Amino acid sequence: MSAHAPADTTGRRARWTPGRAAMLLAALALVVVWVLPLAWAVATSLKPEGETTKTPLEWIGSTITFDAYRQVWKSGDLTQWLFNSVYISVMTTVLTVVLCAMAAYGFSRTDFRGRKALYGLVLAGIMVPPQVLIAPLFAEMVQLGLVDTYWGVILPQVAVPAMVFILVKFFDGVPRELEEAAFVDGAGRWRVFWTIVMPLSRPVLAAVAIFTFISTWNNFLWPFLVTTDPGGMTLPVGLVNVQSSYGLRYAQMMASVVIAGLPLLIVFALFQRQIVRGVAHTGLAGQ
Amino acid sequence: MSVTHPATVPPAAGARTPAAEPATRPMTVRRHWSEHGLVFVAPFLLFYGLFLVWPLLSGIGMSMSSDNIAGTGGEFVGFDNYAEALQDPNVWSSLWNTVWFTVLSTVPLVVTGLVLALLSHHLRIVQWLWRLSWFAPFLLPSGVVGLLFLWVIFPSDFGFADQALAAVGLNPGIGWLTDERYAMLSIVLTTVWWTVGFNFLLYLAALQAIPQHLYEAAELDGAGAWHRLRHITLPLLSRTTGVVVVLQVLASLKIFDQVYIMTGGGPDDSTRPILQYVYQAGFTGYRIGYASAVSYIFFALILIVSLVQLRLSRRTREENAR
Repeated sequence: MSAHAPADTTGRRARWTPGRAAMLLAALALVVVWVLPLAWAVATSLKPEGETTKTPLEWIGSTITFDAYRQVWKSGDLTQWLFNSVYISVMTTVLTVVLCAMAAYGFSRTDFRGRKALYGLVLAGIMVPPQVLIAPLFAEMVQLGLVDTYWGVILPQVAVPAMVFILVKFFDGVPRELEEAAFVDGAGRWRVFWTIVMPLSRPVLAAVAIFTFISTWNNFLWPFLVTTDPGGMTLPVGLVNVQSSYGLRYAQMMASVVIAGLPLLIVFALFQRQIVRGVAHTGLAGQ
Repeated sequence: MSVTHPATVPPAAGARTPAAEPATRPMTVRRHWSEHGLVFVAPFLLFYGLFLVWPLLSGIGMSMSSDNIAGTGGEFVGFDNYAEALQDPNVWSSLWNTVWFTVLSTVPLVVTGLVLALLSHHLRIVQWLWRLSWFAPFLLPSGVVGLLFLWVIFPSDFGFADQALAAVGLNPGIGWLTDERYAMLSIVLTTVWWTVGFNFLLYLAALQAIPQHLYEAAELDGAGAWHRLRHITLPLLSRTTGVVVVLQVLASLKIFDQVYIMTGGGPDDSTRPILQYVYQAGFTGYRIGYASAVSYIFFALILIVSLVQLRLSRRTREENAR
């Protein structure tokens, strides 16, 4: 896992050559390109509604106003969706981490009849994208009566074979001696798992949790299919669903977009290092 | 990642002689190692069975029926749905759109990801700025990205893209999302902006894993920056590139969100991906049997890509082991 070493290992400052200066300029230009669409969304959301489609474009309208934010916040839907998104993402993340860690520990550390076959079955699931199952899965949800419920969104997302694979590889590398000492002291496997193995695995569990949270928060297709009642929608699904009701109110539309995009950006700004590490680790380890 | 881990060594077969231990110890330990295995695995398997294995199997049954959206009310029709799908021009056109999007998006997404990672890695300063601006869009939901580009970036005339062209003296008035010539390209642009940060991070992690002394040695030998890039960095990144390309191809094939939100598959179905056709057949056309059949055709395509990838990665691993 040397991939996590900090970039600057030489301890000396890099020299400013013309080449490096050119690289800096190129990088800054690319930063501008990447930031502009977001900046434009914010700028539009702060304009009076009548000035949002002016040409040639102006970054700042005649006044800076938070009217649009006030309007969309007052409508109430947005707060409900925000709550739904947080609830669904947190529940999905907790369930995914617990279920996948337990399963991975079982596959890595215990032996029972059919273990190899079952693990093979789980690994095969890595190749099944959830998107190809939408039709039969939806029919199943209708039969289970889970359409338009939180559980209907959450449950199909919690058994993630790739996460089991990542955790099995991690547990395989943990020395057994740590657990054995506890067994000798009379602890059962259940207790050893929760009090020794889980705390020991915090970094990899954090990586799995971060990855799961981001993908659940941003998941569109499944919540879009399984919720028809606006009150139960997640933030992105709700926004897309009601966009036509915004009419031509661009400032309000962009205010909603900013509110919907902001939570994860704030989380990222706070936990940049952990998130970068978690995403890179989980993204690569899946291979 | 661990090559040889201590866990494979039987616990009692260490430096300690078994005879010196109390007779009960190895036995309890062995019992502990094996007990409760299924208890740990069962909860996962319950959900896995209910929401992956079962729909996968029941979907095969459905694809051979004329079921409605609730999965009921149909009768067995054998392979009729598959036969119909293979003759359905909409299946072929949306498959083609999906593949075309994958081709158009994979190259810029991989190359841009690499370039951004190289810039960030070699500049070594203000890392947080590079990460924040290039990776942050990846953290936005597709709904947010889609609405942003649909409402204020790509509208003709007053949209930001057109106004930016006008600012440098070009003619605005491009139908970014409404003109068949540009719609797919606009979706590719949006996707690159949105998701390149993921590839950027994967490349960045790989770059940071390259031992610094290789560069120092090359520098002592008088190798220039370009030389070091061509003969050290890029060869050492080839495995990562393989992974990134495969992940990207698989992700691009599953495109749905941004197209559905930005163009609804239009103009004239020219951007409609296969997943949207599955959605239309099943969820707005109420033919879940037919939708399942189309899903499995799409699944076959994904499986082929995955299997090719498996072969390739096995081969490179064998080559590396040699």
